[in-house]
Amino acid sequence: MIAIIDYDAGNVKSVQNALKKLGFEAVITSDIETIKNAEKVIFPGVGEASSAMKKLKERGLDIVIPNLKQPVLGICLGMQLMCNASEEGNTKALGIFDCEVKLFPNSDIVPHMGWNNVSEMKGKLFENISDTDNFYFVHSYYAEICENTSSVCDYITPFSATLQKDNFYAAQFHPEKSGDAGFKLLENFLNLRF
Amino acid sequence: MLKKRIIPCLDIKDGRTVKGVNFVGLIDAGNPVELAKRYVEEGADELVFLDITATHENRKTLVQLVEKIAEEINIPFTVGGGISEISDVDNLLKAGADKISINSSAVKNPDLIKTFADKFGSQCVVVAIDSKQFGDEDYVFVNGGRIKTDYKTHDWAKKVENLGAGEILLTSMDFDGTKQGFDVRLLNEISQIVNIPIIASGGAGKMEDFTEVFNETKATGALAASIFHFGEININYLKQVLKQQNIAIRF
Repeated sequence: MIAIIDYDAGNVKSVQNALKKLGFEAVITSDIETIKNAEKVIFPGVGEASSAMKKLKERGLDIVIPNLKQPVLGICLGMQLMCNASEEGNTKALGIFDCEVKLFPNSDIVPHMGWNNVSEMKGKLFENISDTDNFYFVHSYYAEICENTSSVCDYITPFSATLQKDNFYAAQFHPEKSGDAGFKLLENFLNLRF
Repeated sequence: MLKKRIIPCLDIKDGRTVKGVNFVGLIDAGNPVELAKRYVEEGADELVFLDITATHENRKTLVQLVEKIAEEINIPFTVGGGISEISDVDNLLKAGADKISINSSAVKNPDLIKTFADKFGSQCVVVAIDSKQFGDEDYVFVNGGRIKTDYKTHDWAKKVENLGAGEILLTSMDFDGTKQGFDVRLLNEISQIVNIPIIASGGAGKMEDFTEVFNETKATGALAASIFHFGEININYLKQVLKQQNIAIRF
């Protein structure tokens, strides 16, 4: 069973829809036992970092998530909250990835919104995905390049499109909204064996 | 490189796709779920659904329709029409929409933009602006282009950005329906004022119009309706043509 973490931050339904299409049942839940016992965990999120962190804390999820042992996939704000800290609302985050989240300088249009390709892809998430495939991004803050960077996107500045450390995976883009390439990446995550 | 977006727009009435000129002479253009699926297959980068009969009863139909669309497609989509309360946004996002578009209700109550952006994030708040030129000035129109407001388009665009809009869908009423191309002047003037993405709308009639809007303006997306519905332009073919002209396009 797959758990999609529900902490009242954004559109989790589309993640569930995507998994269903790929043949995986998923529950949307904030129940700590269900999350701990899930085969895989997806940590989605859209919205503002400090209020999202507050919601995680209210549910005790700030302690649960960093201690999960199964494969975990953070998406968009979920990924940013897995980093050390975000400039958005001066938020101290979960600290899973040794990485800082910063606001894009306004030398080009912000938010970075739309389809972009990624490069320097590492790891199993990118099996059968090429650097000409595009993913759907929408964000004004970005995770810096760090030792956990597993692919790079370039918009205004090169930044971490995905991160990986041990059982923790994360994508800045929305694989559930990224057409066939996004579904391929989700499938690669769902097929991980640990 | 960030790709330019091709965005078909579907006008929805009583659960069907329709197309007309100024809301009269509506032609049925098909089942929106089927049409949406076709566009995804053809390579649309995003979809916009506008509910043109936003009555209470119709709202429920729309939410059900959004659920069906969300189950069938795996690219982002925006829903607009008659959205004026937090509960409207909440229902549509929960049904699976990625963004909502507001127009008249934002002009009536600009703080709505901030309310929605704070609650749901700027990324899901699209402000649609219908603009028409009077002499040297551009003015904002509401109620489907029927009522002129006192807002100059330039001032309003800046204001919606400051209030937290994530994107502007800019329709030129002067060019809409003419099929003579997008309003390059207006798009260039507004993109000098704001730093959020602008979707060009109104005037698309042929493939060269898309080349022109992407080469000559900072618009990050281009929206059109009937030319796609009635098969005048196939999205896949359009994207191939744009790519040949070195415009960044997703395949």
